[in-house]
Amino acid sequence: MAQPATAVPPRRVSRITPVNIFIWAFRIMVVVVIGYGSFVSITSGRLTAAQWRDLIVFGVSTGAMFSLVALGYTMVYGVLKFINFAHGEVFMCGAMTAFLVANALADTNLWATNPTLSIIIVVLCSMLASTIIAVTVERIAYRPLRGKPRLIPLITSIGASFTLQYLVRGLVGPSTKSFPRVEPLRGTIDLAGFVILRAQAVVIFVAVVAMIGLYLFVEKTKTGKAMRAVSEDPDTAALMGIDVDRTIVKVFGVGGAMAGVAGGLWGLLFPSVNFFSGFLPGIKAFTAAVLGGIGNIVGAMLGGISLGIFESVGPSLVLAGYNIPAFSQLKDVVAFTALVLVLIFRPSGILGERLAVERT
Amino acid sequence: MSRRFMRVFALFAVLSLILAACGNGADPTTTTAAAPAETTAPDDTPDDTPDEAPDDTTAPDEPMTEGPLGAVVVGPGEPIKIATLQAISGDVASLGEDQNRATEIAIADKGDIQGFEIELSYREDDLCNSEGGQTGSTRIVADPDVIGVIGTSCSGAGVPASRVVTGAGRVLISGSNTSPVLTSFFDGNPGPEYHEGYYRTAHNDAIQGAAAARFVFEELGLSSVATINDGDPYTQGLTTAFGASFEELGGSVVLATAVTPEQTDMRPVLTEVAAAGAELIFFPIFQPAGDFIPEQAPDISGLEDVVLMGADGLLSDTYVVLPQTKGMYFSGPSTPETPEYADFVAKYVDAYGEEPIQSFHAHAYDATNMLLAAIEEVAVMDGDNLVIDLQGVRDALNAINWSGLTGSLVCDDFGDCADPTIFIVQNTDDTPTIADVRANVQVSYTAAELGF
Repeated sequence: MAQPATAVPPRRVSRITPVNIFIWAFRIMVVVVIGYGSFVSITSGRLTAAQWRDLIVFGVSTGAMFSLVALGYTMVYGVLKFINFAHGEVFMCGAMTAFLVANALADTNLWATNPTLSIIIVVLCSMLASTIIAVTVERIAYRPLRGKPRLIPLITSIGASFTLQYLVRGLVGPSTKSFPRVEPLRGTIDLAGFVILRAQAVVIFVAVVAMIGLYLFVEKTKTGKAMRAVSEDPDTAALMGIDVDRTIVKVFGVGGAMAGVAGGLWGLLFPSVNFFSGFLPGIKAFTAAVLGGIGNIVGAMLGGISLGIFESVGPSLVLAGYNIPAFSQLKDVVAFTALVLVLIFRPSGILGERLAVERT
Repeated sequence: MSRRFMRVFALFAVLSLILAACGNGADPTTTTAAAPAETTAPDDTPDDTPDEAPDDTTAPDEPMTEGPLGAVVVGPGEPIKIATLQAISGDVASLGEDQNRATEIAIADKGDIQGFEIELSYREDDLCNSEGGQTGSTRIVADPDVIGVIGTSCSGAGVPASRVVTGAGRVLISGSNTSPVLTSFFDGNPGPEYHEGYYRTAHNDAIQGAAAARFVFEELGLSSVATINDGDPYTQGLTTAFGASFEELGGSVVLATAVTPEQTDMRPVLTEVAAAGAELIFFPIFQPAGDFIPEQAPDISGLEDVVLMGADGLLSDTYVVLPQTKGMYFSGPSTPETPEYADFVAKYVDAYGEEPIQSFHAHAYDATNMLLAAIEEVAVMDGDNLVIDLQGVRDALNAINWSGLTGSLVCDDFGDCADPTIFIVQNTDDTPTIADVRANVQVSYTAAELGF
């Protein structure tokens, strides 16, 4: 009698449990709810095709920034297996630096005569500032905690986040700073019959270039290979002659640089920044990283852009179909609900690997 | 193990509920004259307390004419304490700062009450949200000697602050709360958040909404509008009042929607506005969200010529200077044109080196004066002490007929004391100052003209 009992566990894997039934029922319900809402709002003809397209483009441009910030979350998670909550603040510091530089440049002749060069200078400065801040935070707050349980750097990162926020508040004041206008970026541009705002075109272009650059860096260079090795297994990587601490610093530096690019682009897209600007984009980018599969670089890029599209299109598409009043207010709710829904279908994110094999 | 934990947890939860209930119940009693002996007021120096203690312990035994809310006893050499709870940080800081300055001027003008100095003991920050209102007001009423509070700046903060301050027996007089929920919708019933002991010198947004709606319909000749609020009671109350009045006039509100105060990307919501075919967007919200609507609206196809209109929350020195706000209309309380107001502005400029930076300084000045007048009326000498009965302060405010900078102030049954005139101004300059914009009046309506 005791012997058959040992045979039960392997069979249980394939058996349909009540939990499985519930999850499937829930998945079907989600599809029906979203499908019906979308059907109603599309067939109502409230928005024209051009307006739907605009919503998607708005989503892609915001999402591209989430992607850039999400890269920092996901890369740090890859090597250190903890969430660096100060990364949103690294992004905000980049945006604030971009404001300070842009504001100084706006008084010079260069801003009016050569806007392209000005934007490049602004973005490079914000990249530099964010990189320095990310590396400094790693040196001061995280390196002394190397080898400690993962919860400790996690809590430390929340502390680092507040420190950076109020440091910036102390340095530049609590008021919202408006970026100077870049006149050539106002208005629209016609890309093969695809009319989009110029600022968004620039944001999407720069973000895509930065992401391709990062991808090539991680996949093709020796440093990138070291990063991948450290994320695979730090101990073995160290045995193979890789300087783990140094590689981790580089990971923070590269992640910070990407957040810096996003900070510079933020100034072009939403021309204002204050000391608290990093919080919500930071949380969104973290969501994007999880959505794409935390630890996966391409996943973070995809996750960010999908999240941007979800939150831009979602309220008008799904919520409007159910006549929910003031649905635009709920876009953050939509973004975070999207995360939950994606995780219901793919528990490890869009491109995530199975978390079961994760080492502690 | 876990069951044991659950039991301990349940016990803890029940105990904390009981404690919380006790705390609430105990609140009113701490405002009686005996309170200073029990609770140690943070500002009391140690040598003050023994002076007070004998009076306090004997107070209940004596046949003193003390109201149901208790009284504040001010000992010799001590100041009469009042407090402010205004938005003094962040993007709405000018709203609170403007009013704090007015309160300071009012206190300086008053000098003293029966030889007792008046002290602005606390300047709490209402953060322009309910958390700030709750925290700030709780901190203020922890001092049992505070008689009244001037504030809050924002209706969102006013909701909890009104409950906390009036619940502790004190009065809250706001110079800039305008949401109808805090007083009434003029239908003879109290608003859902009205508490006895709450007063305001600012207009009720039922009036401002009607004024804005009439301007849009009659002066601009537009018939389809969209409204955007940010979920705050002020913005919700105003957009609702505006929408109701606008539809009453015969126009249609094609979209009544909302954003969040932290939102930066307004393009999706503006796309909805364009799809609805609105000719005007009325968005009585705050900075920073208010910055993004005029910034992003011209980019949306269909909104190139949309008319933008904000309200008093955006009519500030930090907002009108933004280049994108050129051409915008604002509704708000009109600037008084009396010589008394000119004197006040002269004092303001003298003390702070600039013209008033927001719309509600005169209201805060009147609010402070009303409070001080009420205190003066009820304060009686008892030996060397000045006794101020808290119910008496409320009665005095209920009966007040104060001729202030903003008009003659008579409080109705639900704390609305203003006799408002609402103006509509437009920002037309390339490099405007708040004074320029406020002077560019398009039209103004008195409450009587609007049927209130």
